[in-house]
Order: sequence, then structure tokens, then C-alpha cells
Amino acid sequence: MEVIACPDCDLMQEIPPLPPGGKARCSRCGETLAQRRVNPIDLPLALTIAAAIAFIVANTTPLMGLSAVGREASTTIFGGAMEMWQQGSQITAVAVAFCAVIAPGGHLLFLLTVLIAVRRPPAPRWVGEMLRSAHFLEPWSMTEVMMLGILVALFKIAQLATVLPGVGMFAAGGFIFLLGAVLVTFDVHEVWARIEWSDGTVPTPTPDTGTAGIAR
Amino acid sequence: MTAAAAPSAAGAGLVACRTCHQLTRPVSRATPGYCPRCGAALAWRRHHSIQYTWALVIAAAIFYIPANALPVLTTTALGSAESDTIIGGVIFLYTSGSWPLALIVLVASVMIPLGKLVVLAYLLIQVQRGVVKNRHESARMYRMVEFIGRWSMLDVFVDAFVVALVQLQPLMSVEPGPGVIFFMAVVVLTMMAAQTFDPRLLWDTPRERQAFDG
Repeated sequence: MEVIACPDCDLMQEIPPLPPGGKARCSRCGETLAQRRVNPIDLPLALTIAAAIAFIVANTTPLMGLSAVGREASTTIFGGAMEMWQQGSQITAVAVAFCAVIAPGGHLLFLLTVLIAVRRPPAPRWVGEMLRSAHFLEPWSMTEVMMLGILVALFKIAQLATVLPGVGMFAAGGFIFLLGAVLVTFDVHEVWARIEWSDGTVPTPTPDTGTAGIAR
Repeated sequence: MTAAAAPSAAGAGLVACRTCHQLTRPVSRATPGYCPRCGAALAWRRHHSIQYTWALVIAAAIFYIPANALPVLTTTALGSAESDTIIGGVIFLYTSGSWPLALIVLVASVMIPLGKLVVLAYLLIQVQRGVVKNRHESARMYRMVEFIGRWSMLDVFVDAFVVALVQLQPLMSVEPGPGVIFFMAVVVLTMMAAQTFDPRLLWDTPRERQAFDG
């Protein structure tokens, strides 16, 4: 039994030992408090490696090409941001590059490092810092929003020119599904339990919280 | 674990780490110190949550006006230039026969940012007045705002990729308009506002608030 406070409403409650695949919700606000994954480290690690490959392909091959009146043009994800920069919208260009390339790439790289590091517990403290950075980047990683944006852009351009989807487009589509699978299989709780404490304590399966006066 | 006599961690003198969720008895009430597990700074509630969120909401509301009034794309074809605002883009999609895409852009670019501002302002007013009427409903609204916010970035991506592809000088070219930067500012500021708002404030009773207000 472990006592935690709900991150959304601060209610203290005990988390019973969960069966594999089980989930505990906050009894007051309904927020998911804990989730036990069947294969908490190796499965998300394998998916993260696959997502990293899809991400590299998506960013290095042309996303789509366009031909109109005998002229051709093509772009990559980063090319979209570059063109914005050259047209004088530098701040927008930086935001597009951050949300479409830097945040998803950084998020994935941090998750990959964390998952490799926690395979042999206890992982050193910097792994926790990295996991915190990964959580920070998560909402800014917007590949799926970008894909919908590309769809709308394609429809707008289709009136003017012929558009051909490139390899990068399919890779980006694959990346979205793989990243989704990574996030669903990633077990934050299990990962934290494998990281060395900042005060030097070596993690135990059920950390003593030293709490008192908890209602049952 | 009954909801009626539910003690919050703060009410019991404990702080939950925002990063790793470890419960800790803090060093002192005034300065909670650092999480023994992950080393993150501990706080009873996010620092100046209400002020920061208000500041971001007001800034976003101001930017919302030029974001919708100024053009986001300027198309130059054979010497004649044409500017489109966000609503102009929605109308273009609708008239060219794709109402589903028009609806997606309308919802993502116009309704979601406005909805976020209204919901956050409503939650802030409730917390400030100290009476949260329907906590479950308010908590649900907050989660919705947090989850859906990123989809407003849609129009920025649309503009970026239209600009990147349609560069067929001298026949036709598309340039980003001044509205894009304001629109992007609205999206980024509202996302930050959702992050600075502390949802636990919705559940705190006046007695619990005393525990960390000192």
C-alpha cells in the first residue's frame, strides 16, 4: 500500500497493489493516479526506438512535392519553418520548428535515455532531471497537430497545383502512432521507483512516506 | 477513502511533489524546501498561480483581436495580391467544397482559443471568490482546456506549409501576414495559462487554504 496525493485535487489516498494492466483513479476528482503496465520498461523502449527511426525518416525525407505549370517544389518539416524565417516571420518560424521538430525530437530522446538508464536500477539522479524535461516538452510536441495542418494546407494548395505526398509524410504518420503507443505503455511510477533519490536514498519498492492521519 | 471526510495533503501538513508525486513532510510551512526523491522545489500550490494565470489570460485576450483582424496569408498571383484572415481561410475552405475542413479550422482557430479564455477566466473568478459551485464540472472543464489547447496551433502549421510550398516566383507566391504572430502568441499564452493554473485550488476549503497561506 502506498499513500499519494492526487496531483489534480490534493486528496490523499492509498493505492492498493494493482494487478498488471490495472488502473487506480482518484476517488474525488477521477484523475488517473496509478497505472500498472504489463511490460513497463522493455515494451516502451522497443516502441521508442521504432518511433525514433520513424522520426528521423520523417525529418530527412521530403514531406510532399508540388508541381504547377512545369515547376516543381518540395519541402521537409524543417523546410516549412525555414521558409517562414526567410519570409520575415522569424518568431513564428522558431515556434513551428520548436513544436514540429525540436520538442518531439527532444521528448523522444529524453524518454529513450531514461528507459535505457532505468533498465539497471538504481539509475543515477540526472535520469530524474531528464524525465522532468521530457514531461515539460510533452505538451509542446505537436506532430499530430502538424499533420492535420498539412492536410488542410494540401487541400488549399490542391486548388492551385498538383500535390504529391512524399516518404516523409508516411513516416510522420507512423511516428504519431508509435509515439502514442510509447505514451500508453510508459509507466512513470515504475520509472521513478528505479531512480536514485536526490538525498542519496536508494529506492525501495514501497517508499516510506512518513505520513500520519490518513483517512480510510 | 470517503469523499466526505477527505483530507488533502496540504490539510495534513504534507506536500506532494509536482514532478515525481512523492509525498513529503516539508521542512517548514513558509519554505517547504526540496523533494528528497527528485530534488524539485516543493510548493503547497503553484506560486502566484492566480496572478500568473490572470496575466497570461488577459495578454492572450488582447492578442486575440489582432490575431483575427489581421491577415495571416498574402497570396500574390501575377501581380495582384490578396490577403486572407483566419475567418477568410475558413470561408475559402467552405466555398471550395470542404465543409469538414472548414469546420475543423473554425473550431481549432476561433472557438477553442476563445473557449479557453472564457473557461480559465470563469475558474479564476470562482477560486478568487472562494466559492467553487460545481467542483467536478470545473475540474472537467480544466482538464478539457489542458488537453485541447495544443490543437489551436493548427492554423500556424497550415500557414507555414502553404508558405513553404507555394513559392513559384514570379508566377505565384504566398507570404505570411502579420496576424500569424499574434495568433501564435494567443496559442502559446493560453497553453502557458493552463499550466500555471493550479487545479487543486478548485478543491481547497477555506481551512485548507489557511494551511499554506500562513
